[in-house]
Parts: sequence; C-alpha cells; structure tokens
Amino acid sequence: MPIFDQLTQYLFSGLATGAIYALIGLGFAIIYNATGIINFAQGEFVMLGGMFTLSLLGGAGLPLGGAVPVAIILTTVVGMVFERLAIRPLKSATPLSLVIITIGGSILIRGIAMLGWDKDTHSLPGFSGDEPIEMFGASLMPQHLWIFVVTIFVIGCSKLFFNYTVSGKAMRACSYNSRAASLIGIDVRRMVLFSFIISSAMGSLAGIIIAPLTMTAYDVGIMLGLKGFCAAIIGGMSSGFGTVLGGLLLGILESLGAGLISSGYKDAIAFVILLLILFIRPQGLFKKAETERV
Amino acid sequence: MKRELLKFLILALLVAILPMLLSGSYLLNVLIFVGIHTMLAVALNLLLGFAGQISLGHAGFFGLGAYASGILTSTYGINPWIAMTAAAAVVTLLAFAIGFPILKLKGHYLAMATLGLGIIFFIVFNEAVNLTGGPSGLSGIPSLKAGSLTFDNDLKNYALIWLFTLGTVLLSVNLANSRIGRALRAIHDSEVAARVMGVNARLLKVQIFALSACISTIAGSLYAHTMGFISPTSFGFNFSVELVTMVIIGGLGSIYGSLVGAFILTILPEALRTFQDYDIIIYGLILILMTMYLPGGLVRGIPAVLARFRSAGKQEG
Repeated sequence: MPIFDQLTQYLFSGLATGAIYALIGLGFAIIYNATGIINFAQGEFVMLGGMFTLSLLGGAGLPLGGAVPVAIILTTVVGMVFERLAIRPLKSATPLSLVIITIGGSILIRGIAMLGWDKDTHSLPGFSGDEPIEMFGASLMPQHLWIFVVTIFVIGCSKLFFNYTVSGKAMRACSYNSRAASLIGIDVRRMVLFSFIISSAMGSLAGIIIAPLTMTAYDVGIMLGLKGFCAAIIGGMSSGFGTVLGGLLLGILESLGAGLISSGYKDAIAFVILLLILFIRPQGLFKKAETERV
Repeated sequence: MKRELLKFLILALLVAILPMLLSGSYLLNVLIFVGIHTMLAVALNLLLGFAGQISLGHAGFFGLGAYASGILTSTYGINPWIAMTAAAAVVTLLAFAIGFPILKLKGHYLAMATLGLGIIFFIVFNEAVNLTGGPSGLSGIPSLKAGSLTFDNDLKNYALIWLFTLGTVLLSVNLANSRIGRALRAIHDSEVAARVMGVNARLLKVQIFALSACISTIAGSLYAHTMGFISPTSFGFNFSVELVTMVIIGGLGSIYGSLVGAFILTILPEALRTFQDYDIIIYGLILILMTMYLPGGLVRGIPAVLARFRSAGKQEG
C-alpha cells in the first residue's frame, strides 16, 4: 500500500475513534460544567451501552432499531440512580471525596457488570453489514460512516439544546454560577440530574456505535472513559466544539502513532498527551488562562 | 510524644510475638503481604492524608521498584541491595522531577494526571517484553542476603518485611509530629493560608510526593525479592484503587489507621476466597459508604459514632 493511502487509512480510523472520544468527552464536560464534578464513572456508561445492546440483541432477540434505544434508556436509568444515591446526598463534599466516590461508583458498576454478564470479550454485528467500502484509497467499514453520522447528529442536537431551549440555557446558567442561577428560580438540583441524564445517554450511545469495531467487555469503560476525559481536557472542558476538536485530534494522533510507531504503545500515546497538556496548558488548547480567585 | 512511642512499642511487640502464635506458612505469607501493603498504604497516606494530594498511580511506583530490582538482579546479576538502593534513588529523583508539574494540578486534574502516569508505567511493564518479560512476567528473582543469612523462607521474609514496615511506620509517625507534618496538614486545610504563613507549599508537596514514591519503590523491591516472580497484573489501576481504599478505611492522616486498612484489605480477600469475584464490588461499596458516612476512617470514626450514640442515649434517658 503506498504511504499516502496508508495515511488516509489512519486518518479515517483516527477520525472515527476520535468522534467516539469526543462524545465521551462531552459527557464529562456537561457534568463538570453543571456540578464541578469529574465523573470517573463516565466510562462505565459507555461500557453499559455496548453490553446492554449486546444482551438485548442476543438474549432478548430485539431488532437493532429497538435494542439501541432501550439500551440507552437502561444506561440513563443507571446514571440517574447513581446521581440520586451517590452525588445528591453530598452537598458540601471536597473534590477529594467526590473523586473517591465516583471511583467507587465506577468499580461498583464494573463489578456488577462482570457478575451480571461475564469476563469475556463480545463482538457486536455492524449496523449495516461488515462489507468494507473503498474511499480515497482507504477501506472503510460501514460502521465508520455510522459513527460519523451519529456523532455529527448528536453534537448538532446538543448545540441546539444548549443554545435554544429553556432547559439548555438554564443548565448553562448553572455552569456559570449555580448560586446566581438558583436565585433567579432555576432548580439547580434538577439541572444536575439533567446533566447526568444527558451525559449517560451520550456515553452509552458512544459505547453502542463503537462496539461493532472494537468489541466490548465489562472492562472497556476504563480506557474509553480516560480517553474521553483526555479529549475534554484538550478542549478545556467546554461542552462545545473545543472538546469535539480535542477528541478528533486525540483519535488521529493515536491512530498515526499506532500505525507509524508501535501499536502496543497506542494507549500510552493518549496518556502522554494528557500529561503534556495538563503540565503545559491545563486550561486546554483553545482557551485563554483564567486567574484563580481565592 | 511518649504516647506515640508506647503505641509503636506495642506494635513492635505484637509483630515479634505473632509468628510464635501462628502455625503454618500460609498465615505467615498473608502477614508478609500485610507488611508490604502497610508500607504502601502509609506511604500513600503521607501524600493523601497529610498533604491532601491524591495519587491514583502509586501501584506504578510499586511496580517500578519491583521491576528495577527484578531486572537488575535476575538479568544483570547485580547485588540485590545495590539494585534496591539504585531503584529507590532513581525513582525518587524521577518522582521529584515529575512532582513539580504534576502537583501544580489540583483535585480532579491531579487524580487524572496521576492515574495517567500509573497507566503509562503499566503499559511499559506489559510492552517492554525484552526487559520485563511482558504479560507473562519475570521469574528467577534471587532472595535478599545479609552476610551468610539468606532470606529464603517465610519466617525470615516475615522478619525482613516487618523490619522495613516498622521503620516506615516510625519514620512516618515522627514526620507527622514534626514541623513538616504540621505544615503538611496546613496545606491540606488551605494551601493559600499555609503559603501566607510562610510554608513553601510547592516544594513541600513535591518532597512528600518523592518520599512517598521512594517508600513505595522499596516496598516493590522487597516484594520482588520475597516472591521471586512478578507480573504486570500486580501493578495496575485496580491495585492503585485498592491502596486508596486502604488509606480511606484506616482514615486519612492516621498512620496506624493505614496499618488497619492494609490488614483488613489483605485479610478480606483471603477470607472471602469463595466469593472471589465479589471483592471488587465490595471495594467499590466500601469507598462510597466510608466517604459518605465515615470520612474519618474506622480508627477515628468508630469512637465518634459510638460517642454520638451514647449522647443520644443520654438525651432519651
């Protein structure tokens, strides 16, 4: 394969995984903006999406069009329960205890998933078959196209939601200043619950559309979650295009690194990028630094 | 201070008597693990409990010590003590260098950065197959020797490990009660206030991070030499979380609490052997429930809860 075709191949697969990271990253950013919490359990929502779909397709025998929405709803319910039981009771918790609680939640969900399903790796069939398509000298799976379409659709919807609906605007108000938001009559607690609903739905959707390409298992949530976080950090924790660009950038760098340097160190590349960004530009690539007030 | 000395002497006495009361190498082996875990939990507690800085990558430092000792002794035939010292020195310097940029971060960002660091180490342990043996592990690591004494059976290893553990406990208790310990607690409560009072918070945090990494590395070397075999699974993210759980159970900032935490989390999986897969769920529950209802840990929390019950009883009666 000539080097140019190889590069387009890496670019396409990088964009597809990058789109997934972007969706997961948006989930992180939405919760962070509404609550100031980094939800370490975000990756588990991604895992739950894939695993629920698998069970609904195989065990319950639902068609794909039925299994996907049901899986998203089930994951969203898990997200709501998690918010109710572990996040809401804490009002004045320190960041340290929030980190520990969401980590506890994530290993709890992962452990239950391991018992409820099993430790095996499962594959999900592609949404429209597994026949590769030739494009610009690269061969793409139909699933890649699904990922692009779904991601663009979701990002468009969230943009509309945050800019043009009352609830979306109220959530943005909470992220600027939750006290001021509550003073003008916004129910901050409900907005926090909303943020968990939206990000668990987004996370599970990401998990569903990536599963046919990368397989799924009870423990895929850790890596996917961390990379989504990485995307959100690159984007400066914005719940908009910053995080999307961050995800795509990460996906492409990772796929180029895996193809040109070493596939074994593919995951390490993401974390080296994460550390470098945190060290050099903790406010993200596209944002100006803010001064911290004490 | 006298009370601290007394507590330490009681612990030392207990450690000395225990092997006489126990029979069988199985229990001794469990206690060896309790010792190693105590070293790690105390080291992490210095950072997490005193300075208030979380690390989710401490299993990585533990692994660095184990692999450095393992590779230097089994592949290159270097004297174990020299290998151990070299590993500790190099990792301490490394931690010192990483410490400056990493400890500038706070809260969630720090948690994610240390987590990333731990995962990078873990990936290297798995992928540098020529050096580490990759996922199938590294075997044939020689035992430690002191003169004509070789630490090759369980009792000798028990003595060796607990000597180091007691040393770590003594060092940490002293540190906690010194000017440095008070400065660290000040940073924990409010870094800005501590800096206003003239504490060099930045340097102190990095120093305690390096010390914590150094102890973890030594624990790793000891682990490699007592087990003779190491593989990457012992040094992954789950183990980092397990260490944090030990510290939380024992109570943030309580050295003896860490010992209790390490003891409980080492004994628990042994006792729950039949429920093997449930242990991770139990850790998750412990983390959530303890942080929500017993943030002071068992050692401090239980007396507080009892006192509350008693005062509630008095009001009724």
